[in-house]
Amino acid sequence: MRTSYFVRNPSVVIFLAVLLLFTLGVTALSDGAGNGAISTSFIKTLGKTLCLCLIAVAMDLIWGYTGILSLGHFAFFGLGGYMVGMWLMYERTRDIVITSLANAPIPPTEQEVVDAIGTQIFGVVGSSEFPLVWAFADSLVLQLALVVLVPGLLALVFGWLAFRSRVTGVYLSILTQAMTLALALYLFQNDSGLRGNNGLSGLQNLPGVSAPQSVVSLWFFWASALALGLGYMLASWVVSGKFGSVIRGIRDDEARVRFLGYPVEAFKLFVFVLTAVLAGIAGALYYPQAGIINPAEVAPIASIYLAVWVAIGGRGRLYGAVIGAAFVSLISTWFTGGQVPSVNLLGYRVDWVEWWQVILGLSFVLVTLFAPKGIGGLVDLVTGRLAPNRHGADYGPDQGALMEEEGRK
Amino acid sequence: MSTLLEVSGVSVTFDGFRAINNLSFQIGPAEMRAIIGPNGAGKTTFMDIVTGKTRPDEGRVLWGEKSQSLTRMSEAKIAQAGIGRKFQRPTVFEDQSVFDNLAMALRKPRGPLAVLWYRPARADAERVHELAAEIGLSDQLSRKSGELSHGQKQWLEIGMLLAQEPRLLLVDEPAAGMTHEEREHTTALLVEAAKTRAVVVVEHDMEFVRRLNCKVTVLHEGAVLAEGSLDHVTANQQVIDVYLGR
Amino acid sequence: MQALLQQHADTIVKSSRRTIGPAIDAIAASGLEQAQTVLQKWQARAMWQRDSDGLFFWAEEVDRDTLRIFDFDSGDDLGTAPDDEFSQIKPNSGIRALLGVALVQFQLSDPNPQRRLDALQAIQRNAEASHLQPLRNSIESETDAGIRATKERLENLLTVSFDDDEAARIAAIEDIAGNISLDARSTLNPLLAVSPQVSEGAVPADRNVARTLKPGSAALPRDAAYEMLVAEGLAPARISPEAMRAALAENITDGRVGGVPVGRLSDMAARETAYAALAEAGTVPAFVREAEVEAALARHSFYEVYAEPSKAVTDAARAAMNRTQRNVHMSQAFDLTLDALSLASIFFLAAIGLAITFGVMGVINMAHGEFIMMGAYTGYVVQQIIPNYTASILVSLPLAFAVTFAAGVAMERLVIRWLYDRPLETLLATFGISIALQQIAKNIFGTQARPLTSPAWLDGAWTLNDVVSISYIRIAIFVLALIFLALFLFIMKRTRLGLETRAVTQNPRMAASMGINPDRVNMLTFGLGSGIAGIAGVAIGLFAKVTSELGQDYIVQSFMTVVVGGVGNIWGTLAGATMIGFFQKGVEWLNPSNTLAAQTYMIVFIIIFIQFRPRGIIALKGRAAGD
Repeated sequence: MRTSYFVRNPSVVIFLAVLLLFTLGVTALSDGAGNGAISTSFIKTLGKTLCLCLIAVAMDLIWGYTGILSLGHFAFFGLGGYMVGMWLMYERTRDIVITSLANAPIPPTEQEVVDAIGTQIFGVVGSSEFPLVWAFADSLVLQLALVVLVPGLLALVFGWLAFRSRVTGVYLSILTQAMTLALALYLFQNDSGLRGNNGLSGLQNLPGVSAPQSVVSLWFFWASALALGLGYMLASWVVSGKFGSVIRGIRDDEARVRFLGYPVEAFKLFVFVLTAVLAGIAGALYYPQAGIINPAEVAPIASIYLAVWVAIGGRGRLYGAVIGAAFVSLISTWFTGGQVPSVNLLGYRVDWVEWWQVILGLSFVLVTLFAPKGIGGLVDLVTGRLAPNRHGADYGPDQGALMEEEGRK
Repeated sequence: MSTLLEVSGVSVTFDGFRAINNLSFQIGPAEMRAIIGPNGAGKTTFMDIVTGKTRPDEGRVLWGEKSQSLTRMSEAKIAQAGIGRKFQRPTVFEDQSVFDNLAMALRKPRGPLAVLWYRPARADAERVHELAAEIGLSDQLSRKSGELSHGQKQWLEIGMLLAQEPRLLLVDEPAAGMTHEEREHTTALLVEAAKTRAVVVVEHDMEFVRRLNCKVTVLHEGAVLAEGSLDHVTANQQVIDVYLGR
Repeated sequence: MQALLQQHADTIVKSSRRTIGPAIDAIAASGLEQAQTVLQKWQARAMWQRDSDGLFFWAEEVDRDTLRIFDFDSGDDLGTAPDDEFSQIKPNSGIRALLGVALVQFQLSDPNPQRRLDALQAIQRNAEASHLQPLRNSIESETDAGIRATKERLENLLTVSFDDDEAARIAAIEDIAGNISLDARSTLNPLLAVSPQVSEGAVPADRNVARTLKPGSAALPRDAAYEMLVAEGLAPARISPEAMRAALAENITDGRVGGVPVGRLSDMAARETAYAALAEAGTVPAFVREAEVEAALARHSFYEVYAEPSKAVTDAARAAMNRTQRNVHMSQAFDLTLDALSLASIFFLAAIGLAITFGVMGVINMAHGEFIMMGAYTGYVVQQIIPNYTASILVSLPLAFAVTFAAGVAMERLVIRWLYDRPLETLLATFGISIALQQIAKNIFGTQARPLTSPAWLDGAWTLNDVVSISYIRIAIFVLALIFLALFLFIMKRTRLGLETRAVTQNPRMAASMGINPDRVNMLTFGLGSGIAGIAGVAIGLFAKVTSELGQDYIVQSFMTVVVGGVGNIWGTLAGATMIGFFQKGVEWLNPSNTLAAQTYMIVFIIIFIQFRPRGIIALKGRAAGD
């Protein structure tokens, strides 16, 4: 009866194998390994892409499986980034301050060092005091704990409020979008304590590490790959058993699950918090590779793009989310990087940097209309798994949570 | 005979419309009851109140030996307390297999963490097979339930109800859209279930009600109009007026 | 007059601001009717002295070398004369100002009312004690009722500031109590001006003390109090950590300071020891210890004194100011209400189209903001073609409606109708359209803001008093919002389209079987909602910058408006817009420096509000709500 978890979920094995091969291959070709076929900046791009894949997996869990279209997961992503960024910036500034004070005739006191760090970090917003939120910035362990705790706690409070009042469907989406906007606006303020729209910068430098960026970038690349692998396994484990059954039930018919005796709100909250934590971890790995984080990263539009990736990759299957995130974000980088030659179209010069957004937007409409299964749907063609001939209402992963309520009328 | 569910003096108003008007209703622990009434009599609203979907404006809904009040409990808590409900339209999880549908309904701890760590034991699988045999879906277990016929879905839903092991079953129009044979099977399932638990069937079809052979409650304008055997209530002049019009 | 001038000839010729006073006063107070002419000519540098006999005349320059001479007393034309026989009296600017003051009394009684008003305004701008008497004198003979009122008002204000009689001042103060005009407030304010003072021992009884200050309180922090003592020379300056550090750094000898090794100076206690040692040796000023600071503060009293010495006057002014402040607050509240109403009408305009598509049809249109943007750009393009602003606005309103109506219909036909049963997918598909439209706008119009100029008759503001005012554009938008409310109600309740829309909303299948074509109704409803967004875009473009991100700024607020108000009810949208508008303005009022915070709090408030009314302010109840 009890077969191995991996035997029952062959896609996990395939995914992990592909991820491992990819990681090894990239490492072998990297600058850091002395080969140089892949530049350090491209390693960073790949590492960032892996982090985006991880948050896409989280998004798939909450949207594709549980049916909650959250437009707020990039808020958790950003919070994770801010949490780790605070430590990176604090410690790095501390190194700089100590170096510069070493030449002073009188050795600095502890307080003088902290004050100098404060002036360095907050001078740009016209302050030198450390706000309360930086209380733990000198401790890596505590800040890493906050990477998990802050997004988790925000998700817990918001989710509890939202689910408790039975807000569902598009309402919930708009509410999550509002939450994200509120957070972004809050962070934009100079007195939020996180340097307003300057954000945190210089995050690519690991304090106390003298290794060159080509090597550091590899470390982060490996960490991202590991996080994605573990996150993927966790997500597929969560959706594989009865828990998966229940959350898919919630997606398709929330009321029915409730009448089966399952506390639907608790399940939603669990998934919401879990995915928020995954998003926070992904963000904590992403921003050290990006080097800078500012409130614009948290803006609602980012979370909507996340939904776009997952939809293009294919909802309701974890590898779909990964494919979508990787494919769209890499191709976006390519198009917006200005490396694609312009094309003359009937005398009009099409500059891809300008027109890529238009193509992305329209292709998204086309995917929604004509290929609701996304890229992942191609796998079905290969494996010959076709949609069942359903009688009655069509409640698949293609439909939102509001749909079955309308269907019942 | 003791009382399993007691509804007394319940009223509900929607935007000034009194859907349920001072309704009182009782049922014992192992009893079959049919509720009939014209459209808008409040049958579905009555079920909504018992299962916690709608909160009554006034009145009491008491449950079990300890006379728990259901009006303050959530739907999930009420279901866990032992009240199962079958909707008018078959609502099964079409994207999932028959086995998964039944397994989900099995009486097991319902909390998220308990569910997360749950791994199917041999006894659970056996119980699912047993239920499948009972509802006649043994050879459909691995199929997606969306592929089932209308009648099969109705049975699957009844099977899911039984898997919950409720003490009270609320069944909304189980026979709608069924063929003759399917109806007989459904009747047998319900009668069998009523031997060990309370079953309340809401039905329009008099033929089906007659076959259930049980006490009948007639609802009209949100209140009980008559109660008794089918022959008794159909002889009642008021009932005739309500059903046939004056 | 000539005699008078001769009497003061010396001061007039060698005039300086300090010495000229008596001469001017004598002329002004002479009561001679020529006095005004003399002062005016003097001020205008048209007064000349004849070198031969020292007599004063006024003169016009005929050409470079010739003057036409006039006698002051008779006013007679004395004919022309070469200018080298005369020297010009050249008053400097200080004297000219004094002359101006002296002239005031003449101007105040000038037969030309405009001159009188000018004089009053001049006094108002730059009041002096000397104005008071001439002003009083001129009231009696004033014939124009309006000018008389102004004079009396000004006289009152000058009395407050400059009268010698305390009782008169207090009476005048009581007269302007509660008056919220700027000049009344600026008259009272100097009376209440205070300066912090410190003195040893108790507060002196002979000063007009506003209040005593306690060091360490919010009004006077401890450090600031000690700074005052230092500034007054009543206490030695404290040694700041930086100063101590610098002093230590200067006195390093052989790696030690005051006997303490430099390496140990990273500790504050060690630094103090080292510094104490230096102070002992007399190389640095002594360290002021906390206890000494405490003692110094205790020895002195701190207080604020009024610049105005009379306590009775300051008390009256304080009481008057309190009444004024109360009135100002009331006016501010009213002003805030107007602002909030204006903001609410903007939200309402932005949200009404959404209320139709989301509320009535259940379709969520993320591209709604881009329709607003399209409307604004339509207005901009029309202005490029029609330069007359009034005409271009009149053209662009219907044109914006037409453009966005067409865009809405196209979107409904091509995309949305395939997704009617999949609301979340509609959200994402329309989002795709939204980013495409935004980028297209960026490609066409560039990233910089384009101006959409309002016609001149919409410039300016309606001003009720010095506190309450509202710009005409905002009034126009408010009116536009009302028009749309009426239009919406008319369409929904009185037209065939409204009837069919309501039917399709409630039961599409039934409506279809009644012969209503739901496709057509949906298409028109969606077009209507989009068209209204276009018109809202023109209105918003008039006061906001037209950029490709214009819609983004309003979309979330619009959704909030609809959600808070309650879906499917125009009154709900109105209530939602009103609530959000008032709330946002309210928070801005509490924390005026920070509009970002206001928006953050507003959204948090909405999230909490949804807890209590998940279906909005005006909710459909029961089974109709479709829960």
